[in-house]
Amino acid sequence: MTPIIRVSGIRKTYGKTVAVDDVSFEVEEGEIFGLIGPNGAGKTTTMECVEGLRRPDRGSISVLSLDPIRDARRLQQKVGVQLQQAQLQKRINVSEAVDLWASLYPRAVDGDALLERLGLADKRKAWFMTLSGGQKQRLFIALALIHDPDVVLLDELTTGLDPQARRAIWDLVREIRTRGKTVLLTTHLMEEAERLCDRVAIVERGRVIDIGTPAGLVRKHCQNEAVVLETTDASASHRFESIPGVESVTWQNNQCTIRGRGGDLVTHVIQCLAEHRIQVTNFKTELPNLEDVFLTLTGHSIRE
Amino acid sequence: MLKALLKLTWLELKIFVREPMGVIGTIGIPVVVFLIASRLLGPRIARTAIQTGGGPGSAVLPVLASILMALSAISSLVTIISIYREGGILKRLRATPLSPTVILSAHVLVKLIFTILTLAIMVLLGRRYFPPGAPVPLFSYAVALTFTTWAILSIGFFIASIVPTARFAQPLAAIILYPMIVVSGLFFPVSVLPQWMQVAARALPLGYAVSLLDGIWRGQGWTSHLGDVAALTLFFLAFTAISSRMFRWE
Repeated sequence: MTPIIRVSGIRKTYGKTVAVDDVSFEVEEGEIFGLIGPNGAGKTTTMECVEGLRRPDRGSISVLSLDPIRDARRLQQKVGVQLQQAQLQKRINVSEAVDLWASLYPRAVDGDALLERLGLADKRKAWFMTLSGGQKQRLFIALALIHDPDVVLLDELTTGLDPQARRAIWDLVREIRTRGKTVLLTTHLMEEAERLCDRVAIVERGRVIDIGTPAGLVRKHCQNEAVVLETTDASASHRFESIPGVESVTWQNNQCTIRGRGGDLVTHVIQCLAEHRIQVTNFKTELPNLEDVFLTLTGHSIRE
Repeated sequence: MLKALLKLTWLELKIFVREPMGVIGTIGIPVVVFLIASRLLGPRIARTAIQTGGGPGSAVLPVLASILMALSAISSLVTIISIYREGGILKRLRATPLSPTVILSAHVLVKLIFTILTLAIMVLLGRRYFPPGAPVPLFSYAVALTFTTWAILSIGFFIASIVPTARFAQPLAAIILYPMIVVSGLFFPVSVLPQWMQVAARALPLGYAVSLLDGIWRGQGWTSHLGDVAALTLFFLAFTAISSRMFRWE
């Protein structure tokens, strides 16, 4: 099956600054694919090349087997975009924006129903400048979906939103997928990537370092796990040390941290506790996530 | 695309009216200045000629008001475009089937509509300050003003293309535009200016604008101002061509 989006070896420089060095990935039909990495990694430039707003210096891009720049007019009918940090006219109201956008395409969905679905029905007469950050983003999603596109491109969708608004947006994006659309998004939030994306490409300094499912990448690159528990049982220490795969057991007063490799550490620790009837007053796991993958692959945290 | 242009023009018109300061600045201030000036000087100026192209019954006051309207339209256009660019509104519009021409044309149409509206209000309110004697060809004058504003709005495209941020838009527009009035022939005939200023006057569009407006106001025919029309058209084409090359959407 041909991928919906294919990006092959693109490069984009601004003067001496290399924004995108060498980026390749493919997005399959019906998946949510994420470009993840820190700010300045080249995600947005890559996205803007896919949107047809920029022309890569080298490499090629196809979206639905069309060229984003040469076939811009045809693609605009089939692709919905939400740009990073976009704005609308301060005093345009929500339903005016939706009406204008709907009038630009030969085919459009019912704007009122769309606003209803996005929870903006009671904001239809509100000026853009009076909307909250989450409401603005939902409006931009509405504008991206107004012509019922097959492909949706979302750039830093939830940046600057509070956790509650963020979760609401995630639900909306999942709903876009259940309608059979293909989604490409960028984010520097690892939690967002883990909860939302079927597959991700990790981007760092203009290059793709690895591609895979979030869980797959964690399994592949980070096998370090830890269990932290509290117990007053003095005999526990040497029992923990004999658990297979354990690399270190450290104590701080009554709090014990057990570190190890391999996917079975948590099971083994629980079995050990049960077998030796060790009383614990607290128990928590520290499992690796995409942040740790990023740290392992690049040697620095994504937040730096 | 025509449908989109009309829709966008109507929308931008509504959005513009929602900002009270913008409306006061665009319509209110020119009208008030015109009325005050007319009340103080009107009858005298209307009769005694300040030589613009020679001949009696100079139209300095209405022409001055018209030029100010056109200049304020330019500076407002520049400000709006730079705000739209800085805020990413242009970028968002660009990612739709809307063409750049449609977006700019919508704003030009809004400016022209307001220019004509302001002119109409001035004429209605200012009527009593001018002696009835010579009838003014108002329809022709409205056409001339629309054409002139449209032509010199292209300077607005040019300034909007080079201005870095919205903060600089208004002052830069003022610095470029208002000195042009000095060599426009509105206050002093171009022939009494120093040589270099006369050259500047020929190279800038405002002199042709003043000559056209002044002539039409005083009842001269369009045929005697074909040169002005041609010059203004040339300026429009040149500035539009330059700015379409330099225009930045973000």
